[in-house]
Amino acid sequence: MFGILSYGAYVPMFRLSRDQIAKAWGGGSGAGEKAVANFDEDSLTMGVEAAVDCLQGIDHKSIDALYFVSLTHPYQEKQAASIIAEVLDLKPDTFTLDIDNSPRGATSAFRLAADAIASGSAKKVLVIASDCRVTAPHSGDEMLFGDGAAAFLLGDARPAVTIDNAYHVFNSFMDTWRLPNEPFNRTWEDRFIFGEGYSKIAPQAVAAALKQFKATIKDFAKVVLYAPDQRRHTELARALGVDAKTQLQEAFFNNIGHTGSAFVPMMLVATLQEAKAGDKILTFNYGDGCDVHALTVTAGIEKLRNRRGIKKYLASKLPVSYYQQYLIFRDLVIEEPGGRATRTSSLPVLWRERKNLVSLIGQKCRVCGTVNFPLQRLCIECQTEGEFDDYPIWDKKGKIFTFSMDERTVQPVAPSVACIMDLEGGGRFYGNITDRDPATIDVGQEVEFTFRNIHDGGGLHNYFWKMRTVRG
Amino acid sequence: MESIKDKVAIIGVGTNKRWGELYDQDETGIVLEAVHEALDDAGVGIGDIQAAWVGGGAPTGNWLTSIIKQYIPVTKVENACATGAETVRGCTFGLLSKTYDLVMAVGVGKMKDAPRGGEGAGDEAGVDKYHPVTGATGIPAGRYALAATRYFSRYGLSRQEGKHMLAMISSKSHYNGARNPRAMFQREVSVETCENSPIIAWPLGLYDCCAQAEGAAAAILCRTEDAKSFRPDYITIKGIGISVGPGMRKFHTGFDFTHWEESTAASKQAYEQAGIKNPREELDMAECHDCFSIAEAIAVESVGLCERGTIRRDVEAGTFTLEGKLPVNASGGLKSFGHPPPASGIREMFETYKQIIGKAEYQSRQLKNVELGLCHNQGGHPGRFECSVTILGIPGK
Repeated sequence: MFGILSYGAYVPMFRLSRDQIAKAWGGGSGAGEKAVANFDEDSLTMGVEAAVDCLQGIDHKSIDALYFVSLTHPYQEKQAASIIAEVLDLKPDTFTLDIDNSPRGATSAFRLAADAIASGSAKKVLVIASDCRVTAPHSGDEMLFGDGAAAFLLGDARPAVTIDNAYHVFNSFMDTWRLPNEPFNRTWEDRFIFGEGYSKIAPQAVAAALKQFKATIKDFAKVVLYAPDQRRHTELARALGVDAKTQLQEAFFNNIGHTGSAFVPMMLVATLQEAKAGDKILTFNYGDGCDVHALTVTAGIEKLRNRRGIKKYLASKLPVSYYQQYLIFRDLVIEEPGGRATRTSSLPVLWRERKNLVSLIGQKCRVCGTVNFPLQRLCIECQTEGEFDDYPIWDKKGKIFTFSMDERTVQPVAPSVACIMDLEGGGRFYGNITDRDPATIDVGQEVEFTFRNIHDGGGLHNYFWKMRTVRG
Repeated sequence: MESIKDKVAIIGVGTNKRWGELYDQDETGIVLEAVHEALDDAGVGIGDIQAAWVGGGAPTGNWLTSIIKQYIPVTKVENACATGAETVRGCTFGLLSKTYDLVMAVGVGKMKDAPRGGEGAGDEAGVDKYHPVTGATGIPAGRYALAATRYFSRYGLSRQEGKHMLAMISSKSHYNGARNPRAMFQREVSVETCENSPIIAWPLGLYDCCAQAEGAAAAILCRTEDAKSFRPDYITIKGIGISVGPGMRKFHTGFDFTHWEESTAASKQAYEQAGIKNPREELDMAECHDCFSIAEAIAVESVGLCERGTIRRDVEAGTFTLEGKLPVNASGGLKSFGHPPPASGIREMFETYKQIIGKAEYQSRQLKNVELGLCHNQGGHPGRFECSVTILGIPGK
């Protein structure tokens, strides 16, 4: 049976209250807050986080294919999935693919995975959906959109959740689009795009799917519905006869926001975190057509209870202290020229040291057992040359040995917290702490790794690992 | 191995008139001031110099070409913040080999002509600065701040106690600098002001950091047996130690940031050559590399002027003040002078020389009975240092 072997999700640490946005621009406030990626995060880094959550206890080398789904790939030309595969140290012949342009890309990727597995070209497929959409200041989307990611490992060996039926339909209806050289989405007036579009197309698709699945809406313990906003979410549930109290999966508009291609996947993770064996789940995804899936939860779900998912990442948060900080996070402020030193980056070094820098794999000396990081030619303890075994450190936690808080930093948000972290099981890491409240950092605190964009010097995204206080 | 003790003499020193942000002067201009003073001090002409070792400035020391016309060997050396000491070391070896009889060491730093005030100068250089990760790590203050945080934690100082101790060190240096006409900052700064100054890289505030300054310094050297023919009151080199640490030491969990082995190793080499057994008792003054207040604290401990973890006691007792038992940075230090790396090392020797021969500019800053002094420089950052320790003194001591 084809289905979900594991799931994971990621909600960035920072939350921007909609009151802050209203205060900045005047006018009414939306409810609650939205999750916003830190300045050092993008769709790729959040996707890595969700994948790491999903793959707890799973051998990364067992993955045969990786599909990375996003509306906000970090590059227009340059595959993000290949970078993520490097980060996760997948085997070299892993099939990688970027999927973009439609918010329903993740559930469409389920179909590709099902076909790949059915054909025998893959046994395990990792699907990651992640979005960090930049919105125009003082726009409706600014209130609405949030950032986040989800990941699913799909396969046919005793899945935790079986995917029983799938229904796909395309639609060329123009409701939301973005031109290649424009930063923000365009749309048409609500009455047309919802009245003639979503609010008509969605119920028709669900009805057609249920007919094909030979099921009724009452058969499902939980229903996961894509919607462009909270109002349409409620309306669609009502139109489909979904009981809002017992059946409808919350859409997180009030505490995360609309996360684009990660929106339905994140809701599905939240559903699975609460699901019991035997539960039937219906998912409806939308965007240039519809994907509808029927799923059944099996007893295997119990093995996935340690995932942080939506639940734990939602509970772990820091407020964005003022609206302008959010603009800085999204690089929407025109900076004073010469304010910060420019950086550049050597591609040969990045390539040569990719295992070290991108996959965060250190070296363990075969002679004295010392963990070496960063890359060494001679062991830092016994000076033996070139006698090392690979030693992953990305999955190790550690303690703050010492730290400093640099107010003259070249990073967009001060202070930059430099930190020496001593790793459990040996080894030391020198880097930055991110997602932090500087007032609470102290020697001895437990920290873990998180994958980030450390700078854009040289016109490329320079990814590396930072530390953060343990979340979840 | 044979000690170099007392074999080479310094017979003249000079610096440019005042260190600081010298926007109206070029590199050659400040070098000229330093070189002229050193030549006059030694009573020799530029034409008498047979070889020179220089640090800083343009490649091949071409700022000397407008001064030197006699087609002699000029060698540019680079050894991070130990560059100044390295020029003197080159001179010393040139004299000891008897290849030359009269040589000159010059160091210059003109950082403020660089963009962003020379920020980060002396940090990662060469291809290192293009490293996608390590090329992007922080400013020097942030690197030294790691040592300060650890020092507080290891020795049980509260954040306030730690900041207060560092403030006392900076305030002491400013007190000394206020009495030195060549210093960039000639103003006393209270402990309270130092302690509460704006944070640069916590726990280090503005007054924990030395400035980016410009300056030049020069020294004229000959073999000791010839020194008397130039002047009666020369001083001699007692020992020169240089140590470079295993570069990646900071990544070793055994490295705890509160002790700098490069400083200890360089001082051991120098003490052994100089025959110094108990530096705290035998030395009369020390110029220590205080690019940051915490740098002075740990350097003083690491070269053995007090036990590890105990400098707070000496700071509070005033051991290292101008009036104390063992003045540290009587000149005002890097704190008052700023730090053009290739020049700082020779400037420390300038100060030691003047104090030993009793020719400090003002009586108010002239130390009594100085026979042996230490000059310490370190470049790089905690865990990856290049360190020099030079002992100077009266001949025969």
